[in-house]
Amino acid sequence: MLSEEAKKEIEKALRKYPNKRSAVMDALRSAQKARGGHLEKADMDEIAVILEMQAVEVNAAAAFYTMYNIDKPVGKYHIQVCRNISCSLMGAEHIIKHMERTLNIKTGETTGDKKFTLSTVECLGSCGTAPMMQINDDFHENLDEAKVEEILKGLE
Amino acid sequence: MEKVILKNLGKPDSHKLENYVASGGYKAIQSALKMRPDNIVQMVKDSGLRGRGGAGFSTGLKWSFIPKDPTIQKYLCCNADEGEPGTYKDRGIMDNDPHILLEGMMITSYAIGASVGYIYIRGEFVFGAKRLEAAIDEAYAKGYLGKNIFGSNFSLDIYIHRGYGAYICGEETALLESIEGLRAQPRKKPPFPALAGLYGKPTVINNVETLACIPAIIEKGPEWFSKMGPEKSPGPKIFCVSGHVKKPGLYELPMGTTVRDLIYNHCGGMLTDKPLKAVIPGGVSAPLLTARELDTALDFDSLAAKGSMLGSGAVVVMDESACMVKSAYIINRFFSHESCGKCTPCRDGTPWLTRVLKRIEHGEGRPGDIELLESLCTNIFGRTFCPLGDGAVMALRGHLKNFREEFQFHIDHKRCMAS
Ligand SMILES: Cc1cc2nc3c(=O)[nH]c(=O)nc-3n(C[C@H](O)[C@H](O)[C@H](O)COP(=O)(O)O)c2cc1C
Ligand code: SF4
Ligand code: FES
Repeated sequence: MLSEEAKKEIEKALRKYPNKRSAVMDALRSAQKARGGHLEKADMDEIAVILEMQAVEVNAAAAFYTMYNIDKPVGKYHIQVCRNISCSLMGAEHIIKHMERTLNIKTGETTGDKKFTLSTVECLGSCGTAPMMQINDDFHENLDEAKVEEILKGLE
Repeated sequence: MEKVILKNLGKPDSHKLENYVASGGYKAIQSALKMRPDNIVQMVKDSGLRGRGGAGFSTGLKWSFIPKDPTIQKYLCCNADEGEPGTYKDRGIMDNDPHILLEGMMITSYAIGASVGYIYIRGEFVFGAKRLEAAIDEAYAKGYLGKNIFGSNFSLDIYIHRGYGAYICGEETALLESIEGLRAQPRKKPPFPALAGLYGKPTVINNVETLACIPAIIEKGPEWFSKMGPEKSPGPKIFCVSGHVKKPGLYELPMGTTVRDLIYNHCGGMLTDKPLKAVIPGGVSAPLLTARELDTALDFDSLAAKGSMLGSGAVVVMDESACMVKSAYIINRFFSHESCGKCTPCRDGTPWLTRVLKRIEHGEGRPGDIELLESLCTNIFGRTFCPLGDGAVMALRGHLKNFREEFQFHIDHKRCMAS
């Protein structure tokens, strides 16, 4: 079941558009947030009913976008390190390796305590302050080892 | 130079409506509402403004294609998907001065007769989306949005549509598909969005920076804009500088500023004493320039004449420590990752390029791999449904043309020449 909050957000999203289908991205985002970072089939089925879409259409829309994590739970903190050109020039590989060592996981994995998931991503539009990463909603820029340590320590 | 688009960056609480108004904001829309819409379109045409999203199409001309019939619903879509690697100017505007974008959208909507505007912002820009949302709320509360804005007969609603991770949504017709709740694959053109765009209605799609130029054109006049920089590619432009320079950042400068001036005068020169090796002048789709080409002017036509492009204005600077094979690999990997899968040359061709580049980069390249890359490029270029596939080829060809010996060295010696 979608949470009441998610349902309210979907109601609000529906007011923006002349058709229901347009609210599918907002609906999926709300559902993913409510579940703590990923989507399951039940969420998409329920969204399909609310938006009067076929379940496969909702699934196809969700599968198209990289930020929807279908059936892939992520840790409490989803760490996404940019690996594109500007960040790479400024040492992104070094940051990624350091992160793997510190968390003792490989890129794409989640720590045993489900606290951290480590991913690499393409350019996040923060290239002048490279290297950078995003943790959940927040950008962290001008990274070096010391700064990474400090940020990780600050995460409960 | 007096800044126009980034004039409020760095001021305290620059995102708040009261501060925007105190800096002279929301005057241009009030002047515009007293003009005839077609006069505004003409002003923007006369200014010579060309789209800042990458293609450089005349903004006024684009607006003039919208049918005049007042009974037809029309839409304005602001392209804030900002996905071209190296680019972060639209984020700079939205995070720090969301009202300049809203004012630009108000004037544009009035000029083309749109009563609804959508801002398509990429999903990762959570901070920017919140800033925009707060700014929109402030504007409604003041009567600057909604029914009869500023007491005029004109009504306008603006909504935010958040993307969720797909570079192709920056392509204007894919963006429309995405707002309509579909998989974001580009549409066939024609029909062009000006006639049949969002929900089949006439639609203008403009980049954030393009729209942020509009208030100043109304206020200072088209002459002021057209006299800045080259005649055919005028106006102020934001350059997003990244990579090996002392002071990377956003620089608002006249179009036609040279690469040398930008790097050595504005950005404080190279990061270390290693010399400059290559510059990508307009986002990763743009073929790179070498150290011999630093006097190239950064504007649409000068870069096109060099076989490159201004694109989004993202200037990525690399010194001698940068490996060109690695750069080509990273950039190509990006394109194959972002291919939407609609057409075969791009869907199958770009991952193939990536596999070959990856093995060369990892010291497993084979004799004939460079020729293989070239023939794959030939098979992709000009045969794709949208410009993404061509962008992948142009970027790679730029690397191969200027640094072929580095690729050969990687293949022959199983290691890198640069580091
Ligand atoms: C693959 C691809 C990605 C694009 N990404 C963006 C983008 O992120 N932002 C943008 O404004 N334009 C982008 N464009 C260009 C748009 O299609 C369109 O030309 C532009 O938004 C029009 O606005 P303008 O005339 O104000 O530049 C992209 C084009 C392609 C082919
Ligand atoms: S060129 Fe690539 S991104 Fe464009 S339509 Fe074809 S597959 Fe999709
Ligand atoms: S390349 Fe990393 S944020 Fe742009």
